[in-house]
Parts: sequence; structure tokens; C-alpha cells
Amino acid sequence: MKIHEYQAKSLLARFGVPVSEGRLATTVEEAVEAFRALKVPLAVVKAQIHAGGRGKAGGVKLVKSEDECRAAATAILGKKLVTHQTGPEGQLVRRLWIEKGSDIQKEYYLGIALDRELRKPVVMMSSEGGVDIEEVAAQHPEKIVKVAFSPAKGLLPADVQKLARGVKMAPGLEPQAARLLPALAKMYVDLDCSIAEINPLIVTKQNQLLALDAKVVFDGNALFRHKDLLEMRDLHEEDAKEIEASKYDLSYIALDGNIGCMVNGAGLAMATMDVIQLYGGSPANFLDVGGGATAEKVTAAFRILLGDAQVKGVLVNIFGGIMKCDVIATGVIAAARQVDLKVPLVVRLEGTNVELGRKMLAESGLPIVSGTDLDDAAKKICAAVAAGKK
Amino acid sequence: MSIFVDANTRLVCQGMTGDFGSFHTERSLEYGTKMVGGVNPKKAGTTHLGLPVFKSCHEAREKAGANASVVFVPPAFAGDAILEAIDAGIELVVAITEGIPVLDMIKVTERLAQPGTKTRLVGPNCPGVITPKAKCRIGIMPGYIHKAGRVGVVSRSGTLTYEAVWQLTSRGIGQSTCVGIGGDPVNGTNFVDVLTAFNADPETDAIIMIGEIGGNAEERAAEYIAKNVKKPMVGFIAGQTAPPGRRMGHAGAIISGGQGTAADKITALEKAGVRMCKSPARLGEEMEKALAAAGLLEGARAAVAVG
Repeated sequence: MKIHEYQAKSLLARFGVPVSEGRLATTVEEAVEAFRALKVPLAVVKAQIHAGGRGKAGGVKLVKSEDECRAAATAILGKKLVTHQTGPEGQLVRRLWIEKGSDIQKEYYLGIALDRELRKPVVMMSSEGGVDIEEVAAQHPEKIVKVAFSPAKGLLPADVQKLARGVKMAPGLEPQAARLLPALAKMYVDLDCSIAEINPLIVTKQNQLLALDAKVVFDGNALFRHKDLLEMRDLHEEDAKEIEASKYDLSYIALDGNIGCMVNGAGLAMATMDVIQLYGGSPANFLDVGGGATAEKVTAAFRILLGDAQVKGVLVNIFGGIMKCDVIATGVIAAARQVDLKVPLVVRLEGTNVELGRKMLAESGLPIVSGTDLDDAAKKICAAVAAGKK
Repeated sequence: MSIFVDANTRLVCQGMTGDFGSFHTERSLEYGTKMVGGVNPKKAGTTHLGLPVFKSCHEAREKAGANASVVFVPPAFAGDAILEAIDAGIELVVAITEGIPVLDMIKVTERLAQPGTKTRLVGPNCPGVITPKAKCRIGIMPGYIHKAGRVGVVSRSGTLTYEAVWQLTSRGIGQSTCVGIGGDPVNGTNFVDVLTAFNADPETDAIIMIGEIGGNAEERAAEYIAKNVKKPMVGFIAGQTAPPGRRMGHAGAIISGGQGTAADKITALEKAGVRMCKSPARLGEEMEKALAAAGLLEGARAAVAVG
């Protein structure tokens, strides 16, 4: 689960990581009021969306007066911000964070993520602050210092020293780093984060370490023990179809193509997308109906798939292992009737009672085409969609 | 032989009294698996599905000689259930549970890394382990699609594994052992562990390996294969069309920072000599060709006839 920068900063502050004072605004008037209340000569107006690259997209503006603040808020609020992470359609800005401006002497990157190979969280620091860590990793991997730590023990003084010296931090700043770094590590562990990133971490002209930006992502599987964090979820930032799918315990991800697919199992669902592309088609989504594909789930999945106007054909690929194929066929037929299917539908079933399942589909009176195997099914749906375009 | 499980495997089920645990305990019993009981401290002393319910894994080991466990415990408690099995000295723990917090799994893997620990953990978020010849089914896979034979299967996915197994069985090619290592970012047994075991197993002639996007377990496997594996191998990587930065169902299936792409994994495995399939529908056919090229096809089919 992702949260906004201002929410991440409130959590950082709770764990003792220094952040700038700021205020949230949802209207231009609130933004101006926030500037007035901060009583500073320089403030920053920052768009709050769940995507990086806001600065380059015009979502971050420095302001020195109420008028400038009003102009900046008017320009950003209610507009769609297009960054390298939002996709071409952009993300609507509904919230602004107005923060005290800082005098920057030096910028660092600081982040914690899971190292899958070491099976531990790893703290990464770099002297290249304000730049995407992926970019630094690709161009200057030697500039990234990494230290893995045990969640049970936290970040130790020797770890902090290795990081601070690795990025050539001024020795005078080490006592601050010795508080800040373990605090971030503690937050990562205590709140079950999957990413906790401060980029940039700055040194102010007053020689203070300060988190200028913050990105925190939580492990969705651990939210059951953090009910308070659930309140930070912003549904506006998520795809409406994905939210709908999650209500039915369906795993759904919208893509750009025109062939909707419904599959049981994540690996097989990915493989089905791949095979559609192999035969010249383009998948409209990833959709895993799970191991127990019930009629109710299949119906919900159909509705979500067909709710996407781009979808010009549907491929259902179910390996009926535990679930018998005739039961799945019943679900598919019921769902197809209920949603008044108007696009070609190819169904590929395999497993127990497959002959019976195929017979039921053939005799349903619905325009359902059976695929004998995954390749055959993918070829048929790609051909049907291509024919429909002409 | 086979790997990880054999005719001496005595299985206990953690979470047997729940719906999911009950259903699959029945399927394992039907398959012929030696199940010795379940674990549930609240129902200790009772029986369920004709099997004794123990208060702990320790008790199951002491009283019933359990040497393997399968975990169906809900995600919030699954990490502790695995730790209990490790503490009891259970040799093989297969965790089916999906959705265990990453930090809980880090705790488990730190415990597994302690000197003197003898437990092998498979999973979590996996279909389990099956050795058809020993009639040993640990997990949630449909038993009937498998046939005893000489091809090992290892995969991060569930239904995609069934797909491969079904294609083999339909062609008269059986399996020695099938291992699902699971779709989570932090797991117990990885590809290299399973490949090492298959490579050393005299009853495994060839191997199917199914990977997916995310992490670099496939790249590590490719390094191992290039150096050590002479047995024919066929592979597939799922997620060639997956967009970066999105989790594709499995918690571990994500391309992040340009790392973990299908293209990189396919290249690495091809270089290591694995016959990579563009479509998972071709895994069985490709394995048939690979066995024939190595002069192993007749032996593979004969093994099914005997099994």
C-alpha cells in the first residue's frame, strides 16, 4: 500500500526523523492560509500524488509570497500531472502539501528495501541525492553504499558508520546520522514497510540533516496488524477496476491491450498474457481468479473485464485441477448470460471432466469458442479480435 | 529415491482442522500419503478425519514420528507455525499459506540459517511437493494429473506447474518429484537447492524449470546449471508482457528498478543450455524432444509403465 509524501513525513517525524514543518491544503484558499500560518519567507507547494517525478512535471513550486502561493496552488490543484510514473493519462492532484523552504547545502539518497537474495532489509545510501536510485545504480553503482541488517537487531552503530563514511558525509554530521538512520530502520521494521525512502536527504546550510522528500510503501500482507495505517489509503490514487476486483478477492491489473483474460493462478495468468502477445494480440489485463474459481467470482471477473471499453475479446484459461471443468463451465455460461456478452469469447479448459465442460459450452447456445490448448485458444482469440477490427 | 520426500515420509498437518486443511488432508489420504495427524493446541487429544490432533509439532514428532509438516495456518500465524515445526526438528516443512508478511518470513529464514538447523522449508505460497512413486502428496496439487516417472519439475507457480505436469503425463512421460518453491519474495528452498537435489538424484533424468519475473533466483539457477547440470533441461519464464513496477498476483512477481525482467532470465537460462519455450503449451513437447535427443525417452516411458 502506497501513501502520500505528507503522510510518510508524519510517520518519519513520529520515529524521530527530522522533517520540515508543513500543512495540508485541499483548496487554493487553504494553501494561502497555510503559507500565512507558516510565517516564512520561502515555502514549497508540492502536489500530493502517488507517483514520483513530480518536480519535473511542474508539481513542485517555490513561493515567496501569498500571491505566488495562490498562483502556484491554482496552477497545480485540480490539474492532471503527467510524470514518468503516472502513464500518459496522468494523475489528478487533489491535495497539496505546503512546507517551509530549506537552504540546501548537500543532497543524499537514503532508502531501505528488501534484498531478496540476502533475505534481509538493506539500507542504501548515495552521494547522488535527488536522482532516481535506479539511475544511479545503472550509471554509478560504485556510488551506492549498502548495508543489510537483521530486523530483530535493527541498524547498529557500525552500520551507520559504514554508510556515513561510504558517502563521505562530514564527520560532524555523524551524530545526527547515528540518530536518523536507526530511526528510519526502526520505522521500516515496526510498520512492516516494503520501501522507506528519503530522497533527497539534505544537509541544510545550518548543518542539519533533514528529510526533504519521503516515499513509504507498506507490505500489504502485514496491514492486518496496522489498522491505523489503513486510514492513510487514498482510493483516488488507485485504479477503480482494481479496487472493484479486490472486493471479490480477484487479483487484477489493467494493461493497455484489447484482449481481456481470466485465468486461475498468477503464473498461468502471466503466461496467458505472454502467449496472447506471442500470437500477435495484446492483453488488456492480468486477472487471477484464484484456485477456487467459483461462479460468483467468474461473474464478477467478467463484469470487470467487460467494463473496460477497450476489451474487444475475452480469453478464459482455467486449469481445473481441484475444481472440476463442468463446474467451471457452469460458472462461465451463467456469467456470460448475466453480463450480456457482445465480444468474442474463447474458453480453454483442462483437467477433470474436461469433455463434459466443453460439451456444456458448445450446447449453451452462446457464441463461445473452445480452445484445445493454450496456444490454440490464444490463436483463436487473436484471430477473432483481428477480424473484428476490419 | 526422488527428492525431499519418499515412502518414509510421515506427514503432519498444521492447520488440519480448518476447511482448506481438511479438504487437502483428505486428498492426500486418498493419494496414499502417510499422514500421521494434525496440530491444533485448542483441539489436542481429539481426532479429525480419523487422525489424531496433537497440541504441537513436538508432540506429533514424539508420538507419531512425524518427519514432515504441511502448513495451512492463516497468514497472521503461519510464521510462528513454521518456527514451531523447525524447533521440533521436523525435517521438511511445506508452507502453502499465501500472504505471510515479509518480515515474518525474514524471521523464519534467520532461524533456518542458525547452525545445527536441519529443517528444509519449501514455500510459502506454493502448491507443495509430490513424489508420485512414493504416493506422497504434500500440498494442494491435483494428485491425478501426476504419474510416476523420471522427469523432475520445479516452479514458482501453481497452476502453471499443473499445466507442465499434465502435458508430460498426457505424453506418457512421468515425474520423479514436482516441487513448487512458491511465489513470495522471501522463501525457504530456492531453484538452486532443488536443481542440486535433482542433479544428484539417480531417478531423475531430466528437469523442467518454470520461473517468473522478479528477483534473480533464475539467474542464480542459470549460473549453477552452466557449471553443474548435464541432465536435459526445458524451461519457461512467465511475465514477458508484465509492466514494470506492478506486482503480478504473486508478491514476488515484480520488475523493480529494471531488475528481474523475463528477457534477462530467458537469456541467462538459454546461455546455460536450457531449452526455453516461448509458450508454456510447448513444455511437454519440448521435453519429449529433449529426452529423445538424449536417448532417454524410452526409459522415461518405461518408468511410467512400471510406476
